[in-house]
Amino acid sequence: MVRAPSPDSEMSDLADFARRIRRHSVNMTHRAKSSHVATSLSMADLLAVLYGEILRVNPAEADWPDRDRFIVSKGHGAAGVYAALAEKGFFPLSQLDTYYQDGSVLAGHITHSGVPGVEVSTGSLGHGLGIACGMAMVGKRDGRPYRVFVLLSDGECDEGSIWEAALFAPHHHLDNLIAVVDYNKIQSLGRVKDTLNLEPFSEKWRAFGWSVREVDGHNLAEIRNALRAVPWEASRPSCLIAHTTKGKGVSFMENSVLWHYRPPDKEELLRAQAELENPQ
Amino acid sequence: MRSAFIKALLELAEADERVNLVVGDLGFGVVEPFVQKFPSRFLNPGVAEQNMTSIAAGMALCGKIVFTYSIANFPTLRCFEQIRNDVCYHGANVKIVSVGGGLGYGALGFSHHATEDIAVMRALPGMTVVCPGDPIEAGLATLAIAEVRGPCYLRLGKTGEPRVHDSGVSFALGKAIQITEGSDVTLVATGTMLEATVRAAERLEREGVHARVLSMHTIKPLDAEAVLSASRETAAIVTVEEHSAVGGLGSAVAEVLAESAGHHVPFRRLGLPSEFSPRAGSQDYLKKSYSLTVDGIVNSVMNLLPRSISATQSD
Repeated sequence: MVRAPSPDSEMSDLADFARRIRRHSVNMTHRAKSSHVATSLSMADLLAVLYGEILRVNPAEADWPDRDRFIVSKGHGAAGVYAALAEKGFFPLSQLDTYYQDGSVLAGHITHSGVPGVEVSTGSLGHGLGIACGMAMVGKRDGRPYRVFVLLSDGECDEGSIWEAALFAPHHHLDNLIAVVDYNKIQSLGRVKDTLNLEPFSEKWRAFGWSVREVDGHNLAEIRNALRAVPWEASRPSCLIAHTTKGKGVSFMENSVLWHYRPPDKEELLRAQAELENPQ
Repeated sequence: MRSAFIKALLELAEADERVNLVVGDLGFGVVEPFVQKFPSRFLNPGVAEQNMTSIAAGMALCGKIVFTYSIANFPTLRCFEQIRNDVCYHGANVKIVSVGGGLGYGALGFSHHATEDIAVMRALPGMTVVCPGDPIEAGLATLAIAEVRGPCYLRLGKTGEPRVHDSGVSFALGKAIQITEGSDVTLVATGTMLEATVRAAERLEREGVHARVLSMHTIKPLDAEAVLSASRETAAIVTVEEHSAVGGLGSAVAEVLAESAGHHVPFRRLGLPSEFSPRAGSQDYLKKSYSLTVDGIVNSVMNLLPRSISATQSD
């Protein structure tokens, strides 16, 4: 059999990375009996592309001054982020077992303290984009090469502070800033469109002055191609709206409000693991 | 005080290129010299205090020393969670500056009264809280907080506050400045009540009551030793602040006294009652209505003092 050409093998590496993030997320939330498994599943492909191909970070020197900054503003996606960092080599995979446990540094919302690779602690929504603006501003003014990526949830775009920052970034031409929205269409108590409709969503970002693209947030090639090409327009920050499915990869968790909070029990864990071993 | 602040900030910025100023669309007539001299280190993110504070945290995490600036409650209460999570939790080198602490913007109404800011700022882990009492302290405090590697809150008056100190006064964060010596009562003042407190001590002296006056410019970390010394060496303690009596200087001093072994002295907190001021009025008018005046301080001291001392006074 002929070996697959390199782009395909790259994609299969990314697919494998995403699958491992999902498997860890399901295991971690089961063991911890913690919420938010579905949000880690919806963002797994975005994390895989970012950590696998896009971010200039170095696990051996986590505080390298010119590293790309990556702020995960949707801090409830902690399991997925810790999984990605451990897979990337920022800390041992065995540490994932301590997630949410007494005495662990791996808290239920993304925490920087004692966790190499976490740029900023989040969890209260609506903070990350403003911090990212400050980092990007320094990068611009000081002529430094790093870029600042920030991953937002759709629900957190209810927060007014997001739109304060959304006004700021284009005004200051922060084309070193890239916001990625995990638009899975479900927030805590219900569907986004029924709770506080964000549509027309991409038009809002565009009207604020951002360069906007939309992708299928589970199509690794689409995500990679978009993020490889930033900034898409000179002098504008980029906003990638990634259309995702909450709970992606585990059929009974997909597109269901229930799995924002529910942790998988033993039987559900086994079913989820089976699906993630043998994806459809 | 705000002129002393901006003068000190210019001095800092001259000496250290990491110093940045980020304002919440306020500072007309104050910040212009900084803007002119250091345009690339000035930022006005608009009327958006939450974003101002998050931006400052982000800049600080990239190596800057960032002063945020606004008035009254806006740079503290409006963006409290950004201060807690983005600044304090990350130990970000952000200095929060508010002009018009207390009732400085009295006539503008309750929305512009900064009357709970000390209480909430001192509750934050890692936060240094400084309330200078005159323009000399304001300038020295500005320089001092820049030396602290981490979050600080600088609560300023407005403008026109009289000088209490000579320019050579020795100033260190966390160390009260003793202005007068006395053994009958210790008056512990912070921020904009310092001058009235010094004048009250002068009045008391004329009436035979010897007051020790402490300028407690740093509320956190509090100079507990100065408080304990006062409890051992003087017969009563009165705290004076232009802030709610809940949670500010008086509470901080009371915490030290309550947990100290042995030295129980009569104690009184002078500050604002926990209520919304029912009327508009200038800073002086409002302070008078809450007895935060020389007369008010003197009367409180006379009512508090042990009978032996007040009896001497009434002879």
